[in-house]
Amino acid sequence: MSDAHRPEQDAPPAAGERGASLWRDALVRLRRNHLAVAGLVVLFALLVVSLLTPWIAPYGYEEQDLALGAVPPDSAHWFGTDLLGRDLFTRVLYGGRISLLVGFAATGVSLCVGVLYGAFAGYLGGRTDALMMRFVDILYSLPFVIFVIILTVYFGRNIVLLFMAIGAVEWLTMARIVRGQVMSLRQKEFIEATTVMGLPRRRVLLWHLIPNTLGPIIVYATLTVPRVMLMEAFLSYLGLGVQAPMSSWGLLINEGVQTMENRPWMLIFPSLALSITLFSLNFLGDGLRDALDVRASKD
Amino acid sequence: MLKYIIRRLLGFVPTLFVIATIVFFLIRLAPGGPFDADRNVSDEVLRNLEAYYRLDAPLHEQYFRYLWDVLHGDLGPSFEKPSRTVSEWIAYRFPVSLELGLYGLAVALVLGLCAGITASLRPNTLTDHGPMTFAMAGICIPNFVLGPLLVLALSIHLGWLPVSGWEYPEDKILPAITLGVPYAAYIARLSRGGMLEVLSQDFIRTARAKGLSEARVVLRHALRGGIQPVVAFLGPATAGLITGSFVVENIFQIPGLGSEFVGAALHRDYTMILGTVLFFAALILLFNLLVDLAQAWLDPRVRYE
Repeated sequence: MSDAHRPEQDAPPAAGERGASLWRDALVRLRRNHLAVAGLVVLFALLVVSLLTPWIAPYGYEEQDLALGAVPPDSAHWFGTDLLGRDLFTRVLYGGRISLLVGFAATGVSLCVGVLYGAFAGYLGGRTDALMMRFVDILYSLPFVIFVIILTVYFGRNIVLLFMAIGAVEWLTMARIVRGQVMSLRQKEFIEATTVMGLPRRRVLLWHLIPNTLGPIIVYATLTVPRVMLMEAFLSYLGLGVQAPMSSWGLLINEGVQTMENRPWMLIFPSLALSITLFSLNFLGDGLRDALDVRASKD
Repeated sequence: MLKYIIRRLLGFVPTLFVIATIVFFLIRLAPGGPFDADRNVSDEVLRNLEAYYRLDAPLHEQYFRYLWDVLHGDLGPSFEKPSRTVSEWIAYRFPVSLELGLYGLAVALVLGLCAGITASLRPNTLTDHGPMTFAMAGICIPNFVLGPLLVLALSIHLGWLPVSGWEYPEDKILPAITLGVPYAAYIARLSRGGMLEVLSQDFIRTARAKGLSEARVVLRHALRGGIQPVVAFLGPATAGLITGSFVVENIFQIPGLGSEFVGAALHRDYTMILGTVLFFAALILLFNLLVDLAQAWLDPRVRYE
């Protein structure tokens, strides 16, 4: 990992002829992994579609047609309609927006908290580190599904709080990973050099230590996104997350389960959307892990 | 080792104390209470209720009283369902969750280990990619999708298994599969990784050079080291299987502790929430301790610290 950091004194590579850096190697390896590339393409398409949803969705997400009711897929409604005559294709699109939003925002929260917390603990070491990690251990034994349920029940069911709550419990493993990395990096010569140069500690931490832990951070963040999405879907499925008439894959799946006997399309399309997204993210995460050669962490 | 176990058990106390504190203040600081608007009670009744459940005392006093009661093994009365105390509710509902969790664990271990070990024997061939594709599917298809799909296919269309319930042995097959499959997927991936690492080591080559049969090499020599990552995963996994079955209990209408908890949270049943959280946290701590002991037994290099 340490060769990602090149001391400035090194002769800079000639322009146009850059050496094979860690990142370039990783990119080459990633490209060879077809599943990961496919995952990336699907995610990119999903992102574009989500951004454009208000313009490309054929109907409004709460546009009802009670006279029509639930009809199976046809040319007017590609995924069919639900009991209130709402177009399922539109609702799946809007659900995707929510899923992606929650997935990335909550991962962002967990990333910020986890990276900073872990880096501080690892860098400061000693008693502070012991105390900080003891706190993480305690939170680990908090049944976290329960914790999120409590948070969402008590602090309203709005979406910002939802991803704050999920992010607040998902940073623990990130903190552990970053701490471990920082602890081992601290022994390296280039960090000793920063001490010799008299750099302030904050600068060492933010500019020299954290950038060198980027590999594991990226990999773990990629694998956190699907977990968070699953969590959102799970909460919405239980009726604790996104509320109707807004749409979410978990919510749609729940509605589908209620009537799956007679209207299987209501279960199948949202399930497919969720599963395909999770597949893509997991394949990409695995691919990145192999490409960046990050040793598998405990989970 | 006994000393180690006792020390770890004593360490549970501060952890549970911190958890009780966090959760206590978290649910109390939020707006709303268990005897809110939707129930039509007069002010007088409300005051009596609050006095009975000691909700009229200052918050810190309630907190210390609660801790004192918990230290005496009393988790308090349930607000929502006063027919039993919280401890009695847990004793009544938990066995169902435990049973379901253990079936799920059995499914997870059998499926996961078979798939993982098979995959590790011939890496990057069909017998590797096949099981691993299924493992990926197990991770990516959430159990609230898998469960209903299984019901749709096996119960409704084929009529082989009951749709829901928790009485007869055949009722328990689909819930166990639904609960166990995601964990089986993780176990498959972990055991494949662990086995691959061990199988490339010198002592395995030595064992093969001695002319031992492949089955003996794999099962006697490699397995012990190869399943270490699985054992480490089993702590959180077992706790998750036993406590995290909300969805499965919901889908199959199983009267376990998980569904009880969701109801309690929705009704702001303070004592019930706190009691279940503490109970689950204690279980998680216990399983982590068991895992650490198992790891030390499997790998003598691990020391009791």
